[in-house]
Amino acid sequence: MTTTAFPRGAAIAGVYEHPSRFSPNKTEFQIMAESAKGALDDAGLQRTDVDGLFGASMSMGLMGIVDLAEYLDLYPDYLDGTNIGGSSFVAHVTHAAAAVNAGLCQVALVLYGSTAASNSMAIGTGGTGGSRNPDAAFSAPYGMTTVGSYATYANLHMDTYGTTSEQLAEIAVTMRQHASLNPRAKMRNPITVNDVLDSRMISRPLHLLDCCIISDGGGAVVVTSLERARDLAKPPVQLLGCGEAVQHQGVGYSDILTIAAKQSGARAFEMAGVKHSDIDLAMIYDSFTITVLATLENLGFCPVGEGGNFVSNGGIALGGTLPVNPDGGGLSSNHPGMRGIFLVIEAVKQLRDECDARQVPKAELALAHGTGGTIGDKHSGATLILGVDR
Amino acid sequence: MNAIEHPLPFASWESRGFWEGAGRGELVLQRCEACGLVQHRPRGVCAHCLDGSALTHFTASGSGEIYSFTITEQNQAKGFAEACPYVMAYVKLDEGPRLLTVIVDCDPDDAAVGARVVADYVSQNRDDAEVFAVPVFRLG
Repeated sequence: MTTTAFPRGAAIAGVYEHPSRFSPNKTEFQIMAESAKGALDDAGLQRTDVDGLFGASMSMGLMGIVDLAEYLDLYPDYLDGTNIGGSSFVAHVTHAAAAVNAGLCQVALVLYGSTAASNSMAIGTGGTGGSRNPDAAFSAPYGMTTVGSYATYANLHMDTYGTTSEQLAEIAVTMRQHASLNPRAKMRNPITVNDVLDSRMISRPLHLLDCCIISDGGGAVVVTSLERARDLAKPPVQLLGCGEAVQHQGVGYSDILTIAAKQSGARAFEMAGVKHSDIDLAMIYDSFTITVLATLENLGFCPVGEGGNFVSNGGIALGGTLPVNPDGGGLSSNHPGMRGIFLVIEAVKQLRDECDARQVPKAELALAHGTGGTIGDKHSGATLILGVDR
Repeated sequence: MNAIEHPLPFASWESRGFWEGAGRGELVLQRCEACGLVQHRPRGVCAHCLDGSALTHFTASGSGEIYSFTITEQNQAKGFAEACPYVMAYVKLDEGPRLLTVIVDCDPDDAAVGARVVADYVSQNRDDAEVFAVPVFRLG
């Protein structure tokens, strides 16, 4: 099957999740290189087959993608260092598929690596010291933090729709339950709704256990044409639909409760020509519990305002209405700063039936949605709909 | 719980009107006389016309309501760590646009979506010649 956007077909031919959750003796680029080896081995490809290089990280700045090419001693025909936050790698898959379909490259390698945990990086609550950036000048004086921005969203959602902290806690409980089935997950001991509610308040209404963990880690994804992928080592996973979007403050009037996922998701579903009820599992960026609820509503898996009920009573657990993040997500498995690449990797492994105890039975269609930046303030969203080859 | 030590705002020529206005105790917004848009944050152009020639500054009422908020219990950043818990909020101004701010002298349990607020101004001690202040809001 091909889509109008990708007449040659686009497929993910190889993936690799770096096993490390704490790597004080490694660099970001080393983690990316080890991940590249893993994904190329998975696909049955060589380093020298790569002619498209995609990547981003927390510290890659101006010309970072060129630095990465140098580190790997690669001379690709196509470069893309797009950095739109944690969703970057979800977007990279789309960009790679477009480049492959345009004939600009044949084998695209998407990379991420991070040592956020071993650097003791305060990702969520280290917000806003002074800044000379004139734009940041309007947030720096007010102590905006990442978790604080999500908390303003959560408060508004609670005020508007009656969503409760107990319902948000259900999301954390389900992610931990999934993580207990994932031998690589960082946090595997089961938790209860009360454990979440009793955990320290970080930014009301979000508690410590409403927040993702901080780990090291990285991963890699290989994108190529469907035809090429069919000749490689693993069954291809097809890219059937995709979308990207942003939401931000605009000139001060935007509807904050409507997040980027609404626009990117609608486009991905339209392109793929599938219904929500066709989706077997969803990989949803879970920086915070509220991120999952907001994303499921905006993607259309439930009506806006009904996310609280949707995620309760095992609704997003394995065996539930829509299994979400069988790997345990950023809330319990790993979150090295920008988690988007793991959404793609786990979706692919699920569609290849490689997930053992946490496998969604007979998974044929998966959705992955990455959020970058901060919901409640400005953020990006990128959606993929992936399917088995048939 | 101490008062927040606000980082010193840095003004570009695009945002100077806002920070200078705050230094005078005024909440200054931009209006495009060509299309009528009232915009915040300030820019060198009207974001809709992509042209700055009809852009004017005016003094807003300084009144509005809480659009959303959070009680920040943890923030390691200098000036804020000792001030936790503090109320960070988006305020929808009566003139239309929303801005990020803090609600001062506010019991966390009194903060609510829709609560009416008015602007106040925290003066800054600076080692340059600027007379800026940081607009904050209080219930009222």
